[in-house]
Amino acid sequence: MQPALSVHALSKRFGDRVAFNDVSFEVGRGEVFGFLGPNGAGKTTTVRTLGTLIAPTSGSALVAGIPLIPENAVEIRRRISIMPESPGLYLRLSVIENLECFADLYEVPEPHKRIARALHAVKLDERARDLCGALSKGLRQRVALARALLNEPQVLFLDEPTSGLDPAATRDVHELITALSHSGVTIFLTTHRLEEAERLCDTVAILNTTLRMLGPPAQLRTQLFATTLAVRTRLPLPDPDRVFNGLPSVEAWRRDGMGSYSLTVSDPTIAAPAVTRALVAADADVLSIGESLHSLEDVYLELVDNDANPPLGRS
Amino acid sequence: MKTTRVRAVLRKELREYRHNGNIIYAMAVVPLVFIVQPLVEIFTLKTSAALTLRHEDSLLYLLAIPALAPAMLASYGIVGERDQGTLEPLLATPIRSDELLAGKALAAFVPSLAIAYGIFGVFVAITELFARPAVAAALVRGPEVIAQVVFTPLLAGWSTWVGIAISARSKDVRVAAQLSALASLPLVAVTSLTAFGVIHATLRFAVICGVALLVLNRLALRVVASAFDRERLITGAK
Repeated sequence: MQPALSVHALSKRFGDRVAFNDVSFEVGRGEVFGFLGPNGAGKTTTVRTLGTLIAPTSGSALVAGIPLIPENAVEIRRRISIMPESPGLYLRLSVIENLECFADLYEVPEPHKRIARALHAVKLDERARDLCGALSKGLRQRVALARALLNEPQVLFLDEPTSGLDPAATRDVHELITALSHSGVTIFLTTHRLEEAERLCDTVAILNTTLRMLGPPAQLRTQLFATTLAVRTRLPLPDPDRVFNGLPSVEAWRRDGMGSYSLTVSDPTIAAPAVTRALVAADADVLSIGESLHSLEDVYLELVDNDANPPLGRS
Repeated sequence: MKTTRVRAVLRKELREYRHNGNIIYAMAVVPLVFIVQPLVEIFTLKTSAALTLRHEDSLLYLLAIPALAPAMLASYGIVGERDQGTLEPLLATPIRSDELLAGKALAAFVPSLAIAYGIFGVFVAITELFARPAVAAALVRGPEVIAQVVFTPLLAGWSTWVGIAISARSKDVRVAAQLSALASLPLVAVTSLTAFGVIHATLRFAVICGVALLVLNRLALRVVASAFDRERLITGAK
């Protein structure tokens, strides 16, 4: 099946400034794709480029199955929706007037039914007649989300959709994203909330002008961090070298504190039983043995920090 | 061009005017001030002044209104959307540049036309009701009324397109408003000079001006649409 988004060596420059460079990835239909990166990394510019708002400098892409060329811009925009970071609502108009305007622009059939459905999806049925200017930031964000649903897009670009939302509203948006993806809508999610990306996304890309990493969150963790076992004993081991060296699958170990050890292992399912047996044989009082899990945040910070402060010897 | 989308933009703009009536009141105030002084003078004119009036085209003075009125609305059209952060969601829809511009132009043109015709109607009605009959007859003449009816949309159209073009290239709402007002001054000058008899309003002159404005209005959409740069408007780059 053709991917919903297929990007190949896409770049965008503004004069001498590189917004993003040589970006390639594919997003399958119904997939939630997380697009992460620090401020100024080129995330919004990438979304705008794929949304035909700005033209790429080089490279190619298929958006909702259509080649990204100026002649196809209208057809692409018909099949996608972009919810920008700032809701961009007409504050003097009511919620329903805002949605009516966009329903007309998308020429959706039965606009009132679509509007009712979109409002229901973001739980704003009761606020349809309110002026947007009178709504809180979070409610405006939800109106913008309703607006993005009007044309029932194949690909939905969400730029920080939960920014400014309270926890309950955030949970609602997460549920909506999951439901949309289950119904076959491809979600391109730009976010700074790493736990959000970890929870929602099938695949994550980390951009810092160039694409730094791409893959499922779990794969990124294993790519960037060695698997480690965290071992805690009641008292420090008198001779840890003798206990840990030579055990199957244990590659290295280091002391993290009093009675706390971190073991680099190639396969935790082999290493953990062997380590347990070795500790018992050494008469150690074992408090815990467990695999250390790195979060997506660890992956992100490792990459971004490396970009900001490259290790010595790296050009 | 899809009329549905042009209508969507027009309807949205008209709704915004309805929610914020001050926009239209502010548009009408300046032209109203325009007619106060001439009306006061007309009321004080004696019957003997009718002879002089018959050789002048004073009524054409009111053509300055359609030349001036659309400037504010038109100049706000695009840069205003950008200023309030609504341009990006709007451009992310399937709307084409010419559809957006046509909707914006109509939204400035329609109220301007209504104001210009409305004020002209008020002026003529007050003149007919309260000026001396000879003065009213000398002032409100068939050819001048026809000129008013024909040239009002032509002038308003041109002024609208100039305002829209400025709006699409400006980065600041205030600068756009000032430039648009400035850009409508040549039209105001021509209508005023004609009204004061410096330029002789012959039929030939009227036809040339009419055809020129018609052609310019017809070309304007294409020219402004080709100069409409989505990328610059979204990113502020270039």
